[in-house]
Amino acid sequence: MAERAASAGVMATVTQAAEFWRGAKDTLPLILGAIPFGVLFGALAMSAGMTVAATLGMSLLVFAGSSQFVAMGLFAQGVAVAVIVLTTFIVNLRHALYSASLAPYMRHLPQAWLAPLGFWLTDESFAVVIKRYQARDASPYKHWYFLGSALAMYGNWQLCTVIGIIAGTQLQGMTDWGLEFAMVVTFIGIVVPMLLTKPMVLAALAAGVVAVLARDWPHQSGLMAAAGAGVAAGVLAQRVGDWRASWRSGESRSAVPARRRVNDE
Amino acid sequence: MVAGMAAVTFGVRYPVLALLSRSKLPDVVLQALQFVPAAVLSAIVVPMLAAPDGALALSVNNHALVAGVLAIAVAAVSRNLLLTIALGMAGFLALRILA
Repeated sequence: MAERAASAGVMATVTQAAEFWRGAKDTLPLILGAIPFGVLFGALAMSAGMTVAATLGMSLLVFAGSSQFVAMGLFAQGVAVAVIVLTTFIVNLRHALYSASLAPYMRHLPQAWLAPLGFWLTDESFAVVIKRYQARDASPYKHWYFLGSALAMYGNWQLCTVIGIIAGTQLQGMTDWGLEFAMVVTFIGIVVPMLLTKPMVLAALAAGVVAVLARDWPHQSGLMAAAGAGVAAGVLAQRVGDWRASWRSGESRSAVPARRRVNDE
Repeated sequence: MVAGMAAVTFGVRYPVLALLSRSKLPDVVLQALQFVPAAVLSAIVVPMLAAPDGALALSVNNHALVAGVLAIAVAAVSRNLLLTIALGMAGFLALRILA
């Protein structure tokens, strides 16, 4: 009895560990893209006049790359703390959309899992983890996959921040190397393979166009408007597609209710 | 500043996860959510390509745009993330140094 319980425990551990490492492994390409970005953050924060403690603290406690860049830029301009915090909120609002996408898959998890996974949610982990959740297999340990992906991103981000802090104080002109472009190509590498259907392409195009038009809106509110426009375009395109498909097969469908009516009588 | 940023960032990540994971979502919302990743990431990337310095710059002299289009082509053909990052960055750095 004790033996059986122990072996079941071992099996469960193996599967959880397997999911954990697979999550970390699948996140590796995205980590590669985050490295220059993290190093650049550390280096720029030094030249912006932030203290080492604040720079490290931001990476440890906020852990949201693009908002850290924006906050650092605003800090360098001497903007009030309240405005920096509000801007951070708006820049990171997209995570609420990510959370909403992941939530249906995470119903069974206790808050002790949801809170840390929520804290560690990033663009990169979301892109990898949502794919895992959408996979058809019924693994009960997909949250371990999430944890593996999240911890890999988190560990890397701290390491890169430290390297950036050191490099920023040692090397001159490093901030002009164009490292910020790494995030752009990473996101391109995530998005383009997603564009397999017409509605998905339209969603991306609509979001891109609106984001360009609304790029000067205050506090990056244009980003949320663009995301909203993209989602709306995608849903609309899908509805029109579904409606057309059902119109084309209209004859075969109308036969079904007719038969039911006969049965009812 | 860091504490405030940490609080609001956790505030947008966690509560939705906690609440929505306890209730059922209507189909329209579920349908909308599948477009979120593509829409958000496109909204971040496209302005960084089309207007890297704030002003719209649709020309071959815009290195970000040229390298971005290269990266999009690589991603579309190869569907390989590492290759997209490597060639996209190589293209961008080469343009900066040479052009």
